[in-house]
Amino acid sequence: MSVVTVQGGQEVVGVARIEGPILVVEGAANVSYDEVVEIRDSRGHVRRGRVLEVGEGFAVIQSFAGSTGLSIDGTRVRFLGNTLHIPVAEEMLGRIFDGLGNPIDGGPEPLTDRYMDVNGQPINPTARIYPRDYIQTGISTIDGVNTLLRGQKLPLFSGAGMPHDQLAAQIVRQATLGKVAGAPQTEGEEFAIVFAAMGVKNDVADYFRRSFTESGALTRVAMFLNLADDPPVERIVTPRAALTLAEYLAYELEKHVLVVLTDMTNYGEALRQISNVRGEVPSRKGYPGYLYSDLASIYERTGRIRTSKGSITQIPILTMPNDDITHPMPDLTGYITEGQIVLGRELHFAGIYPPVAVLPSLSRLMKDGIGKNRTRDDHPRWGAQLYAAYAKTQDVRALASVIGEEELTEVDQKYLKFGRAFEREFVNQSFTENRTIERTLEIGWKLLSMLPKQELTRVTLDEIAQYYKGDDAAN
Amino acid sequence: MSDQVGTITWISGPVVRARGSRHVGMLELVEVGTERLVGEVIGLRGDQITVQVYEETSGMKTGAPIYGTGLPLSVELGPGLIQSIYDGVQRPLPLIEEAMGPFIKRGARFNAISREKKWRFTPKVRAGDEVKGGAILGIAMETETFEHRVMLNPDDSGTITWVASAGDYTVEDAIAKVKMGKEEKTITMLQRWPVRRPRPFVRRRGVNVPLITGQRILDTFFPVAKGGAAGIPGPFGSGKTVTQHSIAKWADAEVIVYIGCGERGNEMTEVLQEFPHLVDPRTGRPLMERTVLIANTSNMPVAAREASIYTGITIAEYYRDMGYHVALMADSTSRWAEALREVSGRLEEMPAEEGYPAYLAGRLAEFYERAGFVDNLNGTQGSVSIVGAVSPPGGDFSEPVTQHTKRYIRCFWALDKSLASARHFPAINWLDSYSEYIEDVAAWWREKTGKDWLTMRNRAMELLSEEARLSQIVKLVGPDALPYTERMVLETTRLIREGILQQNATETVDAYSSVEKQIRMLELVLYFHERGMAIIKRGAPINLIHDLPVVDTIIRAKSTITNEEMTRFDDIQKQIDQQMGQLDAEYRS
Repeated sequence: MSVVTVQGGQEVVGVARIEGPILVVEGAANVSYDEVVEIRDSRGHVRRGRVLEVGEGFAVIQSFAGSTGLSIDGTRVRFLGNTLHIPVAEEMLGRIFDGLGNPIDGGPEPLTDRYMDVNGQPINPTARIYPRDYIQTGISTIDGVNTLLRGQKLPLFSGAGMPHDQLAAQIVRQATLGKVAGAPQTEGEEFAIVFAAMGVKNDVADYFRRSFTESGALTRVAMFLNLADDPPVERIVTPRAALTLAEYLAYELEKHVLVVLTDMTNYGEALRQISNVRGEVPSRKGYPGYLYSDLASIYERTGRIRTSKGSITQIPILTMPNDDITHPMPDLTGYITEGQIVLGRELHFAGIYPPVAVLPSLSRLMKDGIGKNRTRDDHPRWGAQLYAAYAKTQDVRALASVIGEEELTEVDQKYLKFGRAFEREFVNQSFTENRTIERTLEIGWKLLSMLPKQELTRVTLDEIAQYYKGDDAAN
Repeated sequence: MSDQVGTITWISGPVVRARGSRHVGMLELVEVGTERLVGEVIGLRGDQITVQVYEETSGMKTGAPIYGTGLPLSVELGPGLIQSIYDGVQRPLPLIEEAMGPFIKRGARFNAISREKKWRFTPKVRAGDEVKGGAILGIAMETETFEHRVMLNPDDSGTITWVASAGDYTVEDAIAKVKMGKEEKTITMLQRWPVRRPRPFVRRRGVNVPLITGQRILDTFFPVAKGGAAGIPGPFGSGKTVTQHSIAKWADAEVIVYIGCGERGNEMTEVLQEFPHLVDPRTGRPLMERTVLIANTSNMPVAAREASIYTGITIAEYYRDMGYHVALMADSTSRWAEALREVSGRLEEMPAEEGYPAYLAGRLAEFYERAGFVDNLNGTQGSVSIVGAVSPPGGDFSEPVTQHTKRYIRCFWALDKSLASARHFPAINWLDSYSEYIEDVAAWWREKTGKDWLTMRNRAMELLSEEARLSQIVKLVGPDALPYTERMVLETTRLIREGILQQNATETVDAYSSVEKQIRMLELVLYFHERGMAIIKRGAPINLIHDLPVVDTIIRAKSTITNEEMTRFDDIQKQIDQQMGQLDAEYRS
């Protein structure tokens, strides 16, 4: 091995060890931790990587594009002296990039002299603005009972074969700044959209591209694509590159940005792969012990800050392996994100779209974005009441499956009817239906009116007097 | 004050190795690299020094210097802590924002306590007084109402030779001089204390006063004592943070230390923006005026997360030493344990369970044992109560952090996903939770309310466990198969669950229940049960009880009757008497 100093950094010819995507280089001095390198194989092809560990006279490097074709003596590694930066510019909206931020749509490199570190920096909690403005998505199960706010991170937990892509596309198409119920619908400010695909199939990326084109959103979408056949290690960078652009758009250009990340499960697997090759002590299911911190460094890049009017709202999509919500990926995600929208297979089989399993779904920030002067005064209690009633329905269903529906008490039978109607009328809506918040509230009250009044203990008596339209409304 | 003690040879994430001096101390604070990032020595082998760095190490090079300070990792203590928000190693976040903008950059160095701000100091000792460690030398008003008691460092003692007269002083101005042996030491309002060393006290006292939180399921059913330790484990979305926030808001402690350890940035922002506007029901002052916040969010450097717990508990002990009751919330201890695991993994230590280091249990024990109700060195009494959140992976309580935590706490509030899904909040499962402080605090309840809390509480718990048994039967055969006496139990437990256990943290009236309101509600529900049961035994059908209008009134009482309107509960009792009286009369004949 020999070390040559060339313009822009030092170059090492030859590597000591190659294992999977990990290279060990000896003889380099003054290497910095997390620095970017260029790896050139004997044919002159260049791929990029970064430094994972440095010691005296050696450096451990992770290649973003794998190690196929690299040889011990024929590989040259050039240290670029800086951490990974990508160019950022407004004109990147409407463009398509690979997982490292290089254009792949045939267009030129974005013209800018602004480069930002893909790792970003943590937002100081004192500089944040707590999210309070709700986003109207036109989907009852979100707006009504799991309200999404600007600056929130709300993942979709799904499984293979479920329509999470459609739901995400519908949210992106319909999202506007929420209005107080009854206020006239004005043209909402449009969101800039940053879309990052990690290890998804070409069809999925294509589906989103078509969907953005059809809704006329394509000019305000920046797509970062690392597809299933792209190098897995590149996936580690993809969400970070996307969020770096999002931060620039939101915090410097003051735009409202919606970030869709799919599929985080593939991201986690890439991380696990690197960790395994490095021989780190695994925690659960072979994932590294720092999975939580690593995911947080992605999800926490969301929110609003005091120096900008813009915001970043994140919708990560995760397919739960074997529909298991306790798998480390959904589990640690749920601990970091501000709630989750869970898709349910039973509802999907019953032909209900979107198949949002209401009970395990949650929006933690909802309480601060709804109610008086935001949506409508009764909204928080109405939501709690729907949840409580639907939870009770599940108990009644379990009972009915043992003793039969006929044996149920009169009240329980009403719960069964309520449950069915809730799924068909409230949860179910078409892919193109964009419901206003008052429509969602109205449907909810119609359903609650199927139950006897004394069952409704979460809403106030005044609200019952105003909105309840059930059989015993008179007494 | 710092000399180069070594040269960096190896870097991996937050762990750095250097070669150099053999005189660097274990747990010494060091400055790493040309940017002088804060770090702590965690291992020494020959001339090899292992350091955990409390800031991001991207871009650091081998060959860079490290500097020693000769001091262990310490916190600054003095007036000005209250209303502050710090990161895990006590750097003030507002100053970082002022200097660096909305993002936290590296190499920030600020005094934790302002050197310019002046405090009104009133001396409490005179020249010639003999003073021992911890002695209160004077008072500084930290807020309009909060007395900061300026104490002599616990390690010092001697004779006062001079005391400053009452007036305004900064924390660095001399406020007294103490002759210790031959030398005279100048005392200021500022002191330092190593975070990993518990502050001393004379002796532990028994714990028999409950920490009142205004949360009915906690105070009435699973109380924690002042000076006790409670753990609150739960899967994501079950309401750990909401419960921690409720306790931080309403607990009857004089000082609250809230540690956001590896949690969400927005949650700390919520506390920061909400607490100044909430009023402490006891002092009438904003809640922020008794709160110290430590925020090391999940995306901030992982090693500082490990330190944040110690920074918080040391500040808590400092206020305890003044004779105050302090409550410390740690959200979440699992993230702290994960930080230990990450650093341990980088050191390639042999892992024990699930990759955690073998010393996990020992560290947890050290932390929880710093809770206590004690006689202070200066003769006052104070307490530190700890409420630690635990985030078990997959909600599985058999994992190491939950299991080890259970060994060192005496109060366990088990959060339950299915209750949370049904929006039953706080989602604390009454069958899985326990408190070992119940007998200890029973006398306090009797004295305070004049009522037999212990008997009532146990009676209610008995009904709830009866309900659990009956629900099993109902699931198999339906409620109609149960005799009316058992269905009466189900009617009552519904009142307990919906009327007492459920509590809405976002509603003004319901968010905080006084102890008087709590015990009165329990008393009413049990009264309802006894009257109802008597009528059922005379042969009345259960639906007559179920349909009584007073049932709805009882369930709604929590949010319709404020803590000040206690007499309205007497009206409810009258309604029970009247409505039950009618039924009673019908079935007596």
